[in-house]
Amino acid sequence: MFEYAPAPESRDVVDIKPSYGLFVNGEFVDGSGSAFKTINPASEEKLAEIAAASAADVDLAVQAARKAFTTWSAMPGAERAKYLFRIARIIQERARELAVLESLDNGKPIRESRDVDLPLVAAHFFYYAGWADKLQYAGYGTRPLGVAGQVIPWNFPLLMLAWKIAPALACGNTVVLKPAETTPLTALLFAEICQQADLPPGVVNIVTGAGETGAAVVNHPDVDKVAFTGSTEVGRLIARSVAGTGKKVTLELGGKAANIVYEDAALDQAVEGIVNGIFFNQGHVCCAGSRLLVQESIAGELLASLKRRLGTLRMGDPLDKNTDIGAINSAAQLAKIRELSDAGEQEGAERWSPACAIPAQGFWFPPTIFTGVAQSHRIAREEIFGPVLSVLTFRTPAEAVEKANNTPFGLSAGVWTEKASLMLWTADRLRAGVIWSNTFNRFDPTSPFGGYKESGYGREGGRHGLEAYLDARDGSL
Amino acid sequence: MTERLSVRKTYKLFIGGAFPRSESGRSYVVTSAKGEFLANASKASRKDARDAVVAARKAFGGWSGATAYNRGQVIYRIAEMLESRRAQFAAELVAADGVAAKKAAELLDAAVDRLVWYAGWSDKIGAIRGSANPVAGPYFNLSSTEPTGVVAVVAPPTGPLLGLVSVIAPVIVTGNTCVVVASERAPLPSITLSEVLATSDLPGGVVNILTGGSEEIAPWLAGHMDVNGIDLTGAAPDLAKTCEELAAENLKRVLRPPADKIDWLADPGTARMTAFLETKTVWHPIGV
Repeated sequence: MFEYAPAPESRDVVDIKPSYGLFVNGEFVDGSGSAFKTINPASEEKLAEIAAASAADVDLAVQAARKAFTTWSAMPGAERAKYLFRIARIIQERARELAVLESLDNGKPIRESRDVDLPLVAAHFFYYAGWADKLQYAGYGTRPLGVAGQVIPWNFPLLMLAWKIAPALACGNTVVLKPAETTPLTALLFAEICQQADLPPGVVNIVTGAGETGAAVVNHPDVDKVAFTGSTEVGRLIARSVAGTGKKVTLELGGKAANIVYEDAALDQAVEGIVNGIFFNQGHVCCAGSRLLVQESIAGELLASLKRRLGTLRMGDPLDKNTDIGAINSAAQLAKIRELSDAGEQEGAERWSPACAIPAQGFWFPPTIFTGVAQSHRIAREEIFGPVLSVLTFRTPAEAVEKANNTPFGLSAGVWTEKASLMLWTADRLRAGVIWSNTFNRFDPTSPFGGYKESGYGREGGRHGLEAYLDARDGSL
Repeated sequence: MTERLSVRKTYKLFIGGAFPRSESGRSYVVTSAKGEFLANASKASRKDARDAVVAARKAFGGWSGATAYNRGQVIYRIAEMLESRRAQFAAELVAADGVAAKKAAELLDAAVDRLVWYAGWSDKIGAIRGSANPVAGPYFNLSSTEPTGVVAVVAPPTGPLLGLVSVIAPVIVTGNTCVVVASERAPLPSITLSEVLATSDLPGGVVNILTGGSEEIAPWLAGHMDVNGIDLTGAAPDLAKTCEELAAENLKRVLRPPADKIDWLADPGTARMTAFLETKTVWHPIGV
């Protein structure tokens, strides 16, 4: 392995304030809940004090959004579009600042926040900006729903914000968004961007806090639409809580994706795809390829190659441009990854990690592979949401599909083969919303994303993503 | 001379293409709109509901894997069979729903025409709901529609034929299979419809029909972990809420009952089909 000199990205580019309020009706205001701190998971240093929104604060935010809805929804689409284009441009202008802030608050490598998250965030706003004055051609009607209550996770904080806010605003809705408790900073910087863009007050409101704040957003009687990305467990609670209401709901939940490698696959490419599939963003990815299904005939060769490749991954300072694997987002998530990995060993799977120095401060988990995994093992069934790969083998394509579909989840899957007909045959039978063949973890604003089964419902991205924010009822049956 | 005694039909359930009685041995009295005795219908139990789900799941692979053209042909065939039984259905509608003969004929025509309309959607819904996505990179990227799976349907209490056809056809035309809870008050046309289905080349198990208490049966289906979606069109608000809560357990797709009274003669639109469709997006690199 080559020696690399550290190449840290400067954190001077971003100004973190000592404390942040809630963003309601175009202004930062105090929260009435007890403030909490957000930390850098790579060093455990405190970054800022964050206001917590109580139910009363959420109510004020919903009222602001309701008031703004009248004018925002009546505004010509072309004008709404220009606000979104403006926001997209400011995001590009301040991309470096946002990327550094994201890496500081989340722990993800700067290489990813800079090259993946931020370009996708800007692209998402550009994409939906263009829809705002073209809704009549999309096939879902042109009537917005009203106030959207949106709750997003900590794994791609700003990207998930973009996935939620851009289509909502393009369709003429206003939003109250709750970022994750551990990663509120880029959402709060986004609030400043809304101010810079002269977005009318109340169109975007950001309320920070933990689960209770999220519940207040979801359960507010004047919210017309609930959009949630997060765990299947919380998704279930939300689905239950909106029962009997008129609220429209979309849920993007957990996954346990199979990544199928057939014996004729291009092995070097497959190894890169497997690494990208499970170690991208420390495995904090709902669509991560966390179950490797490899054809028995090539299992030995593939695993040797994969282990060799893992030996070259660099774990450490997220702001170092050489870093491949950053910090685990929180102590709680680290505990969960450890618990499930320990269960993997206890249930009889064999654990392997490359030799890898673990920093003294912060939350870290080395890239880990489990072999000898049975379908009944917890590490083959439960979402770990960390850099942990479970390896299973198969003999026939039918067995691969059977094992791949043997999960209550259905978000994504991967297929590696050089034979086009086998690829399409497999893709056809996989019960999942996104199939990456001979690639993995690709995202684009034009491409619909979302799951089957317990991975949730609704699509984000593409023309399909508009449906979640429009009242498509055609008045008849 | 003695008047000939007519041979009455025993109304049973329709599960997996067969006509079993309820395993519970229960039945309930069905009366006409005027209150006259019509029949003892089977009163389905939890076990019947579960058997119906097993049948629907078993049929899903074949039906969803059939070509769209084939599914369209089968649903058109249902329309043909329904047309040929006009007289029987008209008489049943007059008895069950208390409508005049002329209205019954109109509803029957609409039911046949609706099946024809939906039959044509089988190979077109994918074209209007799918897309080729212009991603910013060298990738082929295509989104297409797929059926959700096994769908429970709480049929509307009124409109025992047109309403029923209007909720079943959009679910199965895209490749789903279903378990239908028939109108509790007027279940007989649904069983006669299952005789039509049984003679229409529709594979057994694609449509399963249960008669009995919807308040009793619907929650079993709403909470069933092998059911992927539920249409609550026919459920009263309290039942609909209970079912939606139960459906959250495995995140079923839920079609809520409409806020307003449904005009079954209106243009159906595509919402009933798209409620139980998934979108699958396939990526592949482009290169040499």
